[in-house]
Amino acid sequence: MSREDIQTGLAEILEEVAGVTPADATPEKSFTDDLDVDSLSMVEIATAVEDKFGVAIPDDQLANIKTVGDAINFIEKNQG
Amino acid sequence: MTSIKLPTGAPGARVLGLGEYRPRRRVTNDELASRMETNDEWIQSRVGIAERRWASEDETLVEMSVAAGGKALAASGLDVTDIDLVLLATTSPPKAIPGLAPRVAHQIGIPRPGAFDVNAGCAGWCYALSAAADAIRAGSARNALVIGGERLTDYTNLEDRSTAVIFADGAGAAVVGPSDEPGIGPVAWGSDGDLHEAIAIPEGETGMSMAGQAVYRWATTKLTETLSEAMRRAGVGPDDIDVFAPHQANLRIIELMAKRLGLPDRTVIARDIIRSGNTSSASVPLALSAVMESGEAKSGDLALLLGYGAGLTFAGQVIRLP
Repeated sequence: MSREDIQTGLAEILEEVAGVTPADATPEKSFTDDLDVDSLSMVEIATAVEDKFGVAIPDDQLANIKTVGDAINFIEKNQG
Repeated sequence: MTSIKLPTGAPGARVLGLGEYRPRRRVTNDELASRMETNDEWIQSRVGIAERRWASEDETLVEMSVAAGGKALAASGLDVTDIDLVLLATTSPPKAIPGLAPRVAHQIGIPRPGAFDVNAGCAGWCYALSAAADAIRAGSARNALVIGGERLTDYTNLEDRSTAVIFADGAGAAVVGPSDEPGIGPVAWGSDGDLHEAIAIPEGETGMSMAGQAVYRWATTKLTETLSEAMRRAGVGPDDIDVFAPHQANLRIIELMAKRLGLPDRTVIARDIIRSGNTSSASVPLALSAVMESGEAKSGDLALLLGYGAGLTFAGQVIRLP
């Protein structure tokens, strides 16, 4: 899946889980600082990413995902 | 060869009455904010608690359990001599020996019932309810008193904001008796012992610690299946559920569970956590008592219960409200 498709899919998840406007879900945005997404919502996002992309994000690796770009990179790297 | 006989028991079991005890002292988020690095907005958005109750010195686990149990007995219309089984679900006894159920029974005035404590984390009361229902159906008991009581603050570091804002004290109870029509459905239970460290008092410490994200992930993904199984085993579906009363661990978990189950809009969702905090084994009976007292739920309503927590353990069932 291309990075654009991943970003679109991730934007859908962010809107569903945390009410983030899709246009705001751009790579440089920080989840906590820019998008008001807290650590519990990050867990919901990880669960939704697993459902949508088939990529599991364990808690310890979730801690390293600070920006939308980090998430896209992780999904792209771990895609089957 | 001599064979062992078994009694006939009862066709079903049902809850006959509920009782509760909430400690006097209300602790608001603002009070906590004055003592540690936290604030009302953060606590409400992250956990969903506006205030909670902390037991005072005279509100011991025994006293609170006796109070809740006594009220349930009064609500049931039964007499102390009708009760022959007392179960006390608790994770926070003041010491390991002795268990407290016999003393609680004695103090209520129940004459020499079978009595034991159940430590199954925050699933304790649902486990105990199931055990009581089964005992009545099997003929091991006529009527049971099932109490969930906690003094979690005895095991919480009240300076640690990750737990001090969450855990609280209280007791809830139900009287369970025989019934021609089943009033307590089959239990769906289980455990995930590989996650035993997720909610625990660490070695060398006196207060609980909780791996918040790991527990949130577990509760919001693994337990939908248990809830579905509890309904399926009882022969009901989401549309039949009038009340959803899961363990009041975190309001966001409760809301996400309800959403994932596809419960109809009309279903009353217990949100007692908002004013009670997380009271572990006491939380489900307190939540049931609250929705009935407020009038949101009525006698005869079908309620879906789920306890889940330290162990990690879980147990859920469908019941009819008294």
